[in-house]
Amino acid sequence: MAPPRPKPKLDQENTPFWTGGAEGKLNIIKCGDCGEYTHPPRVLCRHCQSENVAPEAVAGTGVIDTMTVNHQPWAKDLPVPYVIARVALDGVPGVYLTTNIVNSPVEEVKFGDAVRVTFEENDGIFYPLFEKVG
Amino acid sequence: MAKEAYITGVGQSEVGIRLPRHPLLLTLDAAKEAVAEAGLTLDQIDGVFSFPGKSHGYLAFSPVGTDEVIDALGIKSKWQMGALEQPAQLSAIGMAAWAVKEGICRHVLCFRTVYEAGGMADPAHYMPARSETVSGPSQWTSPFWATSAACWTAQYAARHVHKYGLTREQLGQIAINGSKNAMLNPRARAITKEELTLDKYMSARMISTPLCLYDCDRFSDASTVIIVSAGDALDEVKCEPIRIAAMAGSVDRYSWDQVEWPAAYDTGPDLWKRTDYTVNDVDMAQFYDGFAFLPITWLEGLGFCEKGEGGKFIEGGTRIARDGELPLNTSGGQLGSGRLHGFGFAHEAVTQLRGNGGDRQIPGDPKVAVASSGGGPMAAALLLTKD
Repeated sequence: MAPPRPKPKLDQENTPFWTGGAEGKLNIIKCGDCGEYTHPPRVLCRHCQSENVAPEAVAGTGVIDTMTVNHQPWAKDLPVPYVIARVALDGVPGVYLTTNIVNSPVEEVKFGDAVRVTFEENDGIFYPLFEKVG
Repeated sequence: MAKEAYITGVGQSEVGIRLPRHPLLLTLDAAKEAVAEAGLTLDQIDGVFSFPGKSHGYLAFSPVGTDEVIDALGIKSKWQMGALEQPAQLSAIGMAAWAVKEGICRHVLCFRTVYEAGGMADPAHYMPARSETVSGPSQWTSPFWATSAACWTAQYAARHVHKYGLTREQLGQIAINGSKNAMLNPRARAITKEELTLDKYMSARMISTPLCLYDCDRFSDASTVIIVSAGDALDEVKCEPIRIAAMAGSVDRYSWDQVEWPAAYDTGPDLWKRTDYTVNDVDMAQFYDGFAFLPITWLEGLGFCEKGEGGKFIEGGTRIARDGELPLNTSGGQLGSGRLHGFGFAHEAVTQLRGNGGDRQIPGDPKVAVASSGGGPMAAALLLTKD
């Protein structure tokens, strides 16, 4: 049986990100003053240092910016290979997510592929994975 | 000679896999050799600097702190520092240079001790306690089984492959060159047993594309010590001093996945702003190769070639060989001579500049070397000169 994904420790800054999937939302911190996004999430805007920040549900679509096919099982019984990708989120300039591209054979995943979020829940954490669109 | 900093001594313990010797004793071995090489005695050392400080949560990564070295070696220290929050490993030597330029210290002992192989054999003492959760930067990668820096570095390398056409045959020259040099390095015997061939490289199992097994360094046990001395204290040493002619370090965003390329592309140009030397003066390169892609970023970042041309630069391996136009990682680097974690590059640069390379000594009379460290969003480099 595949091991469970490592579980993020929830805190004030990261909870909207890791639990937003319960409502189908991919939450990224947005500044109410300058409109820029901050990720990893913080209690202030990394662009203008405003404290007027709040999680915003973004589109949840994006493009594969870079990717690797990982063959090394980093945990016992971890199924390999799998794709680790960096996704550039649509409408969220400057924010990238490391994630897995699921529901496609690894050889069919390419740079520039359009992808959308799909959440995988375990123990209260909603892991934002991505799958190819279309 | 005031306001200058010199490397006056270098030392290294035995380098091995699962060495039985205690890491503090490995540190002592390296310290004794370095101090003796400088022509100093321990009672002349008045500062101790390290990267990353004792790693209490994961002792295998850094089992020895500056406090212990000060106490165990009977050093009367005027300043000390062991810190992870620096641009990269060689920053500790950069900070020592600052300390001697400021007149705070005269002779600083800088060390990096690793026990990552031995630690795995004694997990109760040296490995992290099992944790139910991940936090800090790793929470953005580990949940997706991007567990290792190999996975993160692979994504930079894959971008180079995609954008510039880096090939496996080109990338393989880093590990092949390292193994050739390591075969001539007596301290690499436990790490490299035979020369790596292109055939063997091409058939190696993948870790994280495009990085294969031979593109990743191997956990090792060792200590490396570098002595940094003040320019106005050179009358106290008996050695050929090597000047730290310039240093540079950078961190833009401390997130491996929020930056497009490793920080070498920022650090490289900065190094040349702080010296009259140029890239054309460099006689050898000692570039961090914890993963084989990283030296390519240093070649490009420092301007040995244009961005994107690193693969062509190393193609066939002749240019980076010991008798090539830019000898690279002449000790074998970390791929060939063990994961010394950054300090090995300064050690080897000084060794070669002094003509002490033995069978692996590069031809001519090298006078200028760059030693670099780091990967991902952090980088630090030293320009080392015999002048």
